[in-house]
Amino acid sequence: MNAELAIDAVDLTRRFGAFTAVDGITFNVRAGEVFGFLGANGAGKTTAIRMLTGLLAPSSGGATVAGHDIARDAERVKRDIGYMSQRFSLYEDLTVRENITLYGGIYDLSSRDIRDRTKRMLERLGLEHAADQFVRAIPLGWRQKLAFSVALLHEPRVVFLDEPTSGVDPITRRQFWEMIYEAAAGGTTVLVTTHYMDEAEYCDRISIMVAGRIGAMGTPAELKTQFSAESIDDVFVRLARPVAS
Amino acid sequence: MTSPSADAVVADRLEKRFGPTVALADLSFSVKPAELFGFVGPDGGGKTTLFRILATLLVPEKGSAQVLGRDVVKDLWELRRRIGYMPGRFSLYPDLSVYENLRFFASVFGTTVERERPHIAPIYSQLEPFKDRRAAALSGGMKQKLALCCALVHRPEILFLDEPTTGVDAVSRREFWDLLADLKKAGMTILVSTPYMDEADRCDRVALMQAGRLLAVDTPQAIALSFDRPLLAIRAARRYPALLALRESSHAHAVYPFGDTIHYVDARQGEPAAAIAAELRAFLIARGFADAQVEPTPPTVEDSFIARMGAPEGTRAA
Repeated sequence: MNAELAIDAVDLTRRFGAFTAVDGITFNVRAGEVFGFLGANGAGKTTAIRMLTGLLAPSSGGATVAGHDIARDAERVKRDIGYMSQRFSLYEDLTVRENITLYGGIYDLSSRDIRDRTKRMLERLGLEHAADQFVRAIPLGWRQKLAFSVALLHEPRVVFLDEPTSGVDPITRRQFWEMIYEAAAGGTTVLVTTHYMDEAEYCDRISIMVAGRIGAMGTPAELKTQFSAESIDDVFVRLARPVAS
Repeated sequence: MTSPSADAVVADRLEKRFGPTVALADLSFSVKPAELFGFVGPDGGGKTTLFRILATLLVPEKGSAQVLGRDVVKDLWELRRRIGYMPGRFSLYPDLSVYENLRFFASVFGTTVERERPHIAPIYSQLEPFKDRRAAALSGGMKQKLALCCALVHRPEILFLDEPTTGVDAVSRREFWDLLADLKKAGMTILVSTPYMDEADRCDRVALMQAGRLLAVDTPQAIALSFDRPLLAIRAARRYPALLALRESSHAHAVYPFGDTIHYVDARQGEPAAAIAAELRAFLIARGFADAQVEPTPPTVEDSFIARMGAPEGTRAA
């Protein structure tokens, strides 16, 4: 396997009974790349992400993530990746500082590291004043930015973001993307899902899953050329509903 | 002078607090019959609180609201028969099948699926192939179509749809809006909320909503055009560095990513866009972005929303 590849999936497959949720997908993501992982509801994205994050074993095929085999080394995969989603990221009944400390502990950081990184993180986010507030009391936009920073706390090589900006206002959404760019510029690999098609344009490359397979993959510009489409939204519609459109 | 009953919905200085949190602050607007009216804004803006008040499920602290000429507090029992409400959180029975859910909602209103079939047919026909499937096993888009069908089964005169497309993929979202357009054509009044700015264009009029207040109420075209500064779209291969460079140009008011471009708002109102474009092109070339393309671009509802939120502070890097 190529060391430059942060994610390298070959013929990755997962069946549930007679249903094939992920049907032999092959793709790779380079270190420091922002990769958009798109697809309609039910196309298999969540199942694929659960396999890539070491939470679900593949039925056949396989992948390496951050250099570790997802089937044989699932625990090492989990240690070297970060994860956040819109649905679950932080504990609302803990304060901002307690959340950071908890995650630092889970990832085995020293107390000194946790203290230093907490300080730096709160400064960067301009959240020093809110350090001892309950997470449920801070606005959603801040919460999502904080959750992303916490997902990066242990300096993972790859971070998975599952609809991180859902329901977030248009300014905060863009600030969030600037944080993604910064992380990528620092060498972190980002795999992100979104239903905002304008955000697909912000990715270096994207894949679009259709019924368990990768229906298209490339830079946003390449895909628009390939499908003679004005926008990624149009590409998406053509792929996901080829008959209707 | 128009009589108050001419409007399908009239909200007059509505206010609602939850403890120290102001959910709605002094909200007034009206919706005409057969209008497709959108509330567009992020989570926490007050959309759900407003819809719950209009659907008679929550009482406002101050102000009043009339739906179909009836008061939402005093006339709740009459209104509940006449309105259709689709809550933001999926509220059907996951363990019942598609057909069983529909039959249940029909029976609550003293009718049957068979009797109502003609008017729900355009939507139900898409669900019928899955009618024996448990609601929990439907895809996101299909769940929302079923919820819409259940909200329509008793022939309401007005629909309140709270974020029906949130978390739904782009294709299913389009299909859902096509259904709403058909319902509107048939004369239905529809109030719908969404966090997706691009969906504003599917509405007759929209209210931009943020932190319990209405930032603007107008047609999507008028809201887009109310953007009153020069706006330019920039393309460059090294996009993020180009964006950071543009923020350092002398007259930058706001610079933010927008689809496959960067949007640049100039601080000088009334300055011709072509002159600014030439200036920016020279600036970017001097900064090493030889491939940069700069074009004036028409503002969208999202640009307008960003401007009304207070763009300069918000567009700083986090």
